This record gives sequence, structure tokens and C-alpha cells, in this order.
Amino acid sequence: MKTNDVILQTTTKIIFFIIFLFSIHIFFAGHYTPGGGFVGGLLTASGIVLLLLAFDLKTVTTALPINYTVMTAIGLLLALSTAAGSIFFNVPFFTHAFDYFELPLLGKQSLHTAMLFDTGVYLVVVGVTMTIIQSIGADD
Amino acid sequence: MMVFFWVIVVLISLSMLAFIYRLIVGPTVPDRVVALDSLGVALISMIGIFSILVDTSFFLEIILLLAILAFIGTVAFSKFLEKGEIIQRDNDHR
Repeated sequence: MKTNDVILQTTTKIIFFIIFLFSIHIFFAGHYTPGGGFVGGLLTASGIVLLLLAFDLKTVTTALPINYTVMTAIGLLLALSTAAGSIFFNVPFFTHAFDYFELPLLGKQSLHTAMLFDTGVYLVVVGVTMTIIQSIGADD
Repeated sequence: MMVFFWVIVVLISLSMLAFIYRLIVGPTVPDRVVALDSLGVALISMIGIFSILVDTSFFLEIILLLAILAFIGTVAFSKFLEKGEIIQRDNDHR
């Protein structure tokens, strides 16, 4: 049966980028406003789920050739190495550090190592959610 | 002015009750899906009114997030009703 879902596919092509930008915003806003790695990761995963709904599994894996298991492993490695990096400076495990830097084009910004840990959380959440959804959705 | 917003809260609550009635009684599945989508929109407007009432702007991101989730949920339900499977393996055979 040939169904024509051009409205859904065209809407998805626009809305996916809005969802992705909003997830990036939520991810970076986590330090001062509600948000963080977990919600940002879930929102990115729901954007990819919207792509999976509008298109199919083969097209999405061709467009985004990401191995989500490796993504989960990289996220765990990033979180653990951020936590373990503090023991080389004679401070307890999981101690974070921050400082103010003059960045070009952005001005004075506070860079915090908790951001690296949050990046690890983000990668793990996206990887685990997409692994679950893909392995359930690909089941025949 | 606050009385005005509380009146809106009561009105949205009454419309949500009507949506829940359609969700329970609705004879077909598409009726229930549309009722759930409308319930999501009513919930979004309720969060907007509450962020005015408690005088904070921290709820505004929840509104956008809830709108995205309601849209994705409705699309998933519609695709299940239309094609029987939510995520297709490939589109070549159609």
C-alpha cells in the first residue's frame, strides 16, 4: 500500500532542527537555569525519534551513521575521566574546578569542568535511548 | 488582576474535564488520540498561566518541551493507526 506522507516529512525536515537547537540550548543552560545533560539528551533523542517516525530506519541510519553503543561508551569514558582527573591535582575524587577566561567573540566566560561531566551524561542518555528504540523498532 | 488569571485557570480546568470525558467515552481510537492532543495543549496553556501566577520565567522551557512531546506522541499514535507499525525498516517495498 503506497501512502503519501509528504506533509509529515516536510514538517519533520523543519522541526528536527528546531528540536535539536532547543536541546543544545537546554544542555548549555543547565548551569544557571533548568536543564542539563539529561533533558538535553532526551530531547535530542526525541528529535531523532521524530526522524525515525517520518522516514524509516534505513534512511535515518544512512543520514546519521552513528554507532550508539560506541557513543554510550565514549560518554561513560568522558564522565569517568572528568571525575578521575581531579586526583592528579591532590584533591579528592570528583572535585571540579572552574575559572574565568577571555574568549574571542564571546567575552568573559566561566568555564567549568562540570560541563565535561554533563557532556558525558548527554552522550550516555542519547546513546542508551537510541539503542533501546532502534533495537525495539528493528524487531520483525 | 490575579482574579482574572484564576478565572482562566478554572475555565481551562473545565475544558480539561471535557477532554477527559471524551478520552474515556470516545467511541473510536482516533477520538481518544485527538482528546489526548488537546489535553496536551490545555496543559501547556495551564503551565503558561501558572508561570504568570507564581511570577517566574523558569517554566517557559517546559512549555516548548511539552509541545514537542505532544507533537511526537500524536505523530506516533497516528502512524500506528495508519500503518500498524511505528518505525518502519525500509520504505523501498511500498
